[in-house]
Amino acid sequence: MDALLRVTGLRKAYGPVEVLKGIDLSVRPGEKIALIGPSGSGKSTCLRCLNFLEKPSAGQIFLDEEEIGVRNGRPMSDRELAPQRSEMGMVFQLFNLWPHLTVTENVAIAARKVRGLPAKEARELALEMLAKVHMTHRADASPAELSGGQQQRVAIARALSQKPKLMLFDEPTSALDPELVHEVLKVIEELAAEGRTMLIVTHEIAFARDVADRVLFLDGGVIVEEGPARNVISHPREPRTQSFLKQIRH
Amino acid sequence: MPGIETLHFVLEGLLAGVGVTMLVTVCALLIGTAFGFALSLVREFTRSRLIHFSVDAYLEFFRNIPALTHLFILYFGLASIGLRLSALTAAVLGLGLIGAASTCDIFRAGFRALPRGQTEAALAAGFTPWQTIQFILMPQAMRVALPGLGNFAVQLVKDTSVVSAIAAPEIMFYARSMVTSSFQTTLIYTTAAVLYLLLSLPLMQGVRLLERHYGRTKG
Repeated sequence: MDALLRVTGLRKAYGPVEVLKGIDLSVRPGEKIALIGPSGSGKSTCLRCLNFLEKPSAGQIFLDEEEIGVRNGRPMSDRELAPQRSEMGMVFQLFNLWPHLTVTENVAIAARKVRGLPAKEARELALEMLAKVHMTHRADASPAELSGGQQQRVAIARALSQKPKLMLFDEPTSALDPELVHEVLKVIEELAAEGRTMLIVTHEIAFARDVADRVLFLDGGVIVEEGPARNVISHPREPRTQSFLKQIRH
Repeated sequence: MPGIETLHFVLEGLLAGVGVTMLVTVCALLIGTAFGFALSLVREFTRSRLIHFSVDAYLEFFRNIPALTHLFILYFGLASIGLRLSALTAAVLGLGLIGAASTCDIFRAGFRALPRGQTEAALAAGFTPWQTIQFILMPQAMRVALPGLGNFAVQLVKDTSVVSAIAAPEIMFYARSMVTSSFQTTLIYTTAAVLYLLLSLPLMQGVRLLERHYGRTKG
């Protein structure tokens, strides 16, 4: 089994409320996976459990055969988790750029402080990543001066600068004005074409169908249906998937 | 109307206190800011209940007892058990410790104003918790805290007047001793008031400039 990411029996409960009820998932290198499902289905929680922004209640996560969040049978601290987290680049719904830093600094700072690159190299890396998301022209701007779509593209560059093994997108276009969605999806599509491994939580069904290799439909904290993107989205088998897709198409 | 010599005499007498007022302000400001910042860090970023309780107890203790009482405890109270502090040391220490309770609240408000997403983005990028505080949260919290700190500094200039009660030789100390010997009450206290204004107005102006500077570059 040459899975890059392997998840077994992932559960997450907030008090008595169980949000994830046992997720099993395996992702091969270069594979693009879309997680779709109604709000509250657990898809964002699932993604956030992968890099331990949410601590799973049970289950195991392996990235490249290394177990995430556990060392010698004991849970890791945030400090210990840092190197593991940096192997996964995360893009948030609300961008979460750091407003006190310029665009370039936002992209360069992790390379400098986490990986210890010299300032000049970190800046070059940042500019290279900004070029990938077509944002070089705003390199010295402050995040507040950018549109939502531009901010999200910078956030993608920031995640790319970690040279991650895996990219996690948590509803990357949900907070954007409709006319700005396209520019962000286009960038993600370009990254997909580079053969990156990606997990995307999204409501953009057409995008999921065209870009993802595999679609997982979550509802009530379980994977209800999964399969090749075109099959699941164009010919869903499960009634719950069918009714969900019908609803969001209207 | 008092003559120009009288004014000169009064001014000269009070100016002797200006240096001490400034010294006490600056030292208490440094102690109060540094210690208050440290308190805000342990209060906001540790999970130990004992630490939370200790910090909260400190804040309540210094917030709810008058400054004068604290100064008397430090100056007279400690002396009676054999620990004799100079008036200046007691003044700086007292105002510094009291100030830390104020600045701690100011810094905490700064940290709390930051959305959770700022921390999450930093952790996801591979920052350790301390790096997250150092590079992401602290610079932003400082900007939020700046106006509050400026007001605190101006307040402190004025609060130094209470240390005259433990005979620290600042402006009001000289004012009172001159009044008892010369009876020029109005002239002396008005001159003292003008001196305080001359100290705090530029400070306030400086704070406004800083605010405007950070207001402009803020995201």
